[in-house]
Amino acid sequence: MFKNFMNWIEYRMPFMEKMNLHVMQYPAPKNFNFWYFFGSLAMLVLVNQILTGIWLTMNFEPSAERAFASVEYIMRDVDYGWLLRYMHSTGASAFFVVVYLHMFRGMMYGSYQKPRELLWIFGMLIFLVLMAEAFMGYLLPWGQMSFWGAQVIISIFGVIPGIGDDLTLWIRGDYVISGVTLNRFFALHVIALPLVLVILVFLHIIALHEVGSNNPDGIDVKVPNEGQKFENNVSEKFTFHEYFTKGGKKIIVDAIPFHPYYTVKDIVGVVGFLIIFCAVIFFAPEGGGFFLEPPNFEPANPMKTPAHIAPVWYFTPFYAILRAIPDQLWGAVAMFAAIILLALLPWLDRCKVRSVRYRSTLHKLNLANFVISFSVLGVLGVLPATPTYTLFAQIASFAYFAFFGLLWWYSKNEKTKPLPVRLS
Amino acid sequence: MSNAPVDHGRRRFLTIATSVVGGVGAVGAAVPFIASWNPSEKAKQAGAPVTANIGKLEPGQLIRVEWRGKPVWVVNRTPDMLKSLAAVESQLRDPNSDEEQQPAYAKNQHRSKKPEVFVAVGICTHLGCSPTYKMADFDAHVEGIASGFFCPCHGSTYDMAGRVFSGVPAPKNLMIPPYMFTDDTTLVIGVDEGTA
Repeated sequence: MFKNFMNWIEYRMPFMEKMNLHVMQYPAPKNFNFWYFFGSLAMLVLVNQILTGIWLTMNFEPSAERAFASVEYIMRDVDYGWLLRYMHSTGASAFFVVVYLHMFRGMMYGSYQKPRELLWIFGMLIFLVLMAEAFMGYLLPWGQMSFWGAQVIISIFGVIPGIGDDLTLWIRGDYVISGVTLNRFFALHVIALPLVLVILVFLHIIALHEVGSNNPDGIDVKVPNEGQKFENNVSEKFTFHEYFTKGGKKIIVDAIPFHPYYTVKDIVGVVGFLIIFCAVIFFAPEGGGFFLEPPNFEPANPMKTPAHIAPVWYFTPFYAILRAIPDQLWGAVAMFAAIILLALLPWLDRCKVRSVRYRSTLHKLNLANFVISFSVLGVLGVLPATPTYTLFAQIASFAYFAFFGLLWWYSKNEKTKPLPVRLS
Repeated sequence: MSNAPVDHGRRRFLTIATSVVGGVGAVGAAVPFIASWNPSEKAKQAGAPVTANIGKLEPGQLIRVEWRGKPVWVVNRTPDMLKSLAAVESQLRDPNSDEEQQPAYAKNQHRSKKPEVFVAVGICTHLGCSPTYKMADFDAHVEGIASGFFCPCHGSTYDMAGRVFSGVPAPKNLMIPPYMFTDDTTLVIGVDEGTA
């Protein structure tokens, strides 16, 4: 009965065929470590954001007069409204936590290198859209930090010579940030950008499955079939989709089917993530002022600037770079360059060895430099810009950009360790 | 179906012509979507330049004009007030108006087009309170200076050109809006010769 039904479907739409291709018979390297949790966790958070987001729009009113009050209404009067709202606001921060770790995983194991350049580019586009999505979402509660944060960020576009002022006016739709701006940000936040985000995630996965997942050793698990023998090859126990073996032209070595092996592993990651996520939602939903900033519990007031404007934590590394450079225009250029350079990693890194495990000490130190400078910038971005902190931010910005310059320089003739033949 | 051979030139021409016409149509269709983001007529009305008659302004008098929801001050400064501008410079945070808080024509000691007519947005650059005009009793806040602006919220002080004193919470000089004179007694705020 069920089999007949599935056959009926299959004849009209290749459902099981695609499930096999992408899930049950998709070869994933057997040595994924915990860093490989963050891709599936990002998907989980995306689902959380979409679901809680839809429920929040049922009570949110996107107007300058009603936005702040309607958020408070959700928090106080709607059954479980507080939970939906905190799941959404904490989810935004969680999204950036997992995405930053996911990106760092790619940097560690050289997952951006050939042939995964396009996969990396899609990932960077997702990151950009995510930042736009988070920025616009932060305006919606119409609190003081919503208003003034948006004021600062939109003003960044004002530094573009010639068209800057007209551009900011066009973005705001008014001479100051007003209900007009709030309304259009709401439209973009709930319809336009989520659609783009979902499409990009789809393309990201299609691109991933075409080239296959990288792994902590950075070596290929699909090798050309030259009649060679592989001892203890776990892959021989499984059936993989013929798309990956190319009709016997490729041998799959040390890979296991994504389902059930990695679906089960990812569930462990999901449980661990949810424990932390729920702990934050229940016990520290404002994240100590980092997820929801204190001035945002005051309604937006165009006549009163908060004493200290800081963006939410996930923007602060880039914000610190913006502030570190005394010139407004060059500050904005540097900030965007900091993101674009990440997207250019596949071409800046000229080394043929992917994983940090087999790369030079210099590369390991440089990667550490990236982590430290990015973190220091993140901390400085929430602090007020005193002369001392500005100096620190300048040093950290220099170190951040030096990572890319150094990488390009030494990766050409890098002394790497010999690669293993098989996954360790 | 005729069996005439395929005319590739004709086919290419038709493909290109169709693409170009379609492309123009797509660009045309984008216009309303992009243009709808411009300030609406309602927003434009609320943000339009405002006109003030300054013919009857007494020496030392301040009037407030509302522009884009903000109070704009117009002060007819007396010669004594203008003299005080040089006297306070050593006590100011940004005496030369290096911070971009004014149009280029107001980047001078008196921060205005006409030395005697002072036009500024009356919003403290610290937390956005509106400072009080101290026409004759400013020396309670800065010794030896007769007039200036004092913010009651956190005690920031500004001189008669809206320049902030050092050692107060406010970080920047008062904002000078764009403005122009259409005749001797008519001041238009929100627009100047450069943007008109």
